[in-house]
Amino acid sequence: MTWALDHLSEILTRAGQHAWLAGLPLVLGLVIALPLGWLASRTSWLRASLLTTTGLLYTIPSLALFILLPSILGTKILDPVNVIVAMTIYTVALLTRTVADGLSSVDPSTRQAAIAMGYGGFARFRAVDLPLAVPVIAAGLRVAAVSNVSIVSVASLIGISQLGYFLTDGYARSFPTEVWVGIIACLLLALVFDLVIQVVSRALTPWTRAVAA
Amino acid sequence: MSPATIWAWFTDPAQWSGADGIPNRLAEHLAYTAITLLIGLVIAIPLGAWVGHTGRLRWLITGANAMRAVPSLGLLFAVSMFVGPLIQSDLAFVIPSIVVLVLLAVPPLLSGVYAGIESVDPAARDAARGMGMTGWQVLTRVELPCALPLSLSGLRSATLQVIATATIAASVSLGGLGRYLIDGLASRDYVQMVCGSILVAALALVADLLLAAVERYAVSPGISGRSVGVARSRSSRTGEGSRPDPSGATRSTSPASTAT
Repeated sequence: MTWALDHLSEILTRAGQHAWLAGLPLVLGLVIALPLGWLASRTSWLRASLLTTTGLLYTIPSLALFILLPSILGTKILDPVNVIVAMTIYTVALLTRTVADGLSSVDPSTRQAAIAMGYGGFARFRAVDLPLAVPVIAAGLRVAAVSNVSIVSVASLIGISQLGYFLTDGYARSFPTEVWVGIIACLLLALVFDLVIQVVSRALTPWTRAVAA
Repeated sequence: MSPATIWAWFTDPAQWSGADGIPNRLAEHLAYTAITLLIGLVIAIPLGAWVGHTGRLRWLITGANAMRAVPSLGLLFAVSMFVGPLIQSDLAFVIPSIVVLVLLAVPPLLSGVYAGIESVDPAARDAARGMGMTGWQVLTRVELPCALPLSLSGLRSATLQVIATATIAASVSLGGLGRYLIDGLASRDYVQMVCGSILVAALALVADLLLAAVERYAVSPGISGRSVGVARSRSSRTGEGSRPDPSGATRSTSPASTAT
C-alpha cells in the first residue's frame, strides 16, 4: 500500500499510457467495424466472409502480432503504433460481429414503420437502426474494452511503457507488491472503461429508461 | 525483414533438431495445451453440467467470467512467484504455468457448457421427463448433446486462449514456441522472434480451423439442421439471418479471453 502511494505519480502516468493504448483502438475499431458490420448485416455472403476473416485475425496471439506488425508496417519494434494497430485489429474482429448482430436484431416492424415514414437507406441506418442497436454494440464494446486492457499489458514484454511494466518489473525483481499493484491498476482501469461505456450507452438510449419508468 | 531471411531461418537444419528445434518446441507447446485443456474439461464439464442442470450456484459462472478481466500476464507472474518456490523439482517452472493456463481455460469452457445446457428448449426437457427419463438420463441424453455446439465453441476459445498464453509463459521459463519470441528478444535476434511468431500464429490458426471443422461435423444433424435432406438444409439456410449460428453465439458474448 505504501509502495503504491510512494509511486502514485508513476502509476498514474503509466495508467494514462495504458488507457491511451487500450482506448484509442476501441474508438478506431468501432469506426471501422460500423460500416463492416452494416455490410455484414445486409448481405449474407459478405457476412460469412467478413466474419470468417475477422475471426481468423482474432486467433493470432497478441505477442506474435506485436512482433510481426513492425515488419509488415515498417515501424520500429518499440513503436507504440504497433500496439495501437494490433489492438484495433482485435477490436474490429470483435465488433464487426456485434454490430452485424445488433443491426439484425432491430425489429422488422420498426424498420418497416421507418420505411413507411420515408426514411431511405443511410438516413434509416443513422436515425433508426443504429440507435436501436446501441445496447448490443455497447455490450460488445464492454467485452472488447476489458480484453484490450488485459492484452495491452502483454506489450510490456517487448518494452512498451504502460501498466504491464509493473508486472514484468515486479517479477524481474521478485517483488510481489509491484505485481499486485499492476494487476489491481489494470482491473481498475478495465472497470473505468466499463463504466464509461455503460454511461454513454445509457445517455444514447433515453427510451430504454422511459419504458422502465 | 525480407522473406529470404525468414526462409533461410526456416530451412536451416539447426532449427529442425535438438531441444531448441521446431519439432521439440512444437511438441512442448501442444503438450502444455493438451494437458491444460484436459484438466480444464475435467473441471468444467461436470461443474457446468451441474450448474446448468440444477440451476444452482449460478454465481460460479458470473464469477468465472469476471475473472477474465485479470490480465493474464499478471496472473502468470503472481502465480509463478507464489507457487514456484514451493516446488523443489524440475517442474517448478511448468506447474505454475499449467495452473495459470487452467485458470484461464476454465471460464470459457465452463460458460460454454453452462450456456449450452441453459439454452436447451424447456419443451425438450419436459418431453424427456414425460417419457420417464431420470434426471441423469435427461442430462446425458438430452441436455449434453443439445449443449454440444456451445460447449465446442467454448472449447475453441479456450484452446486459442491457452495457445496464446502458453506463448507468453515462456517469460516465466516455460518451453514451447514462446521460447523463440522471448529468447529472440533477450538476444536481440529479431529474425528468430518473427519466425517464432509466424509459427505461433500458424499453430493458432490451424487449431482454430480444426476445431471449427469438429464443431461442424461432431454436432448431431438434428441439432445443427445440417444435411438431413435437401429441403431441410435449404430451409435452414434461408432462416440463417434470424437464427444466431451456434458457433457465433458464445463467440460474440465470451471472446474476451481469446487473444492474449
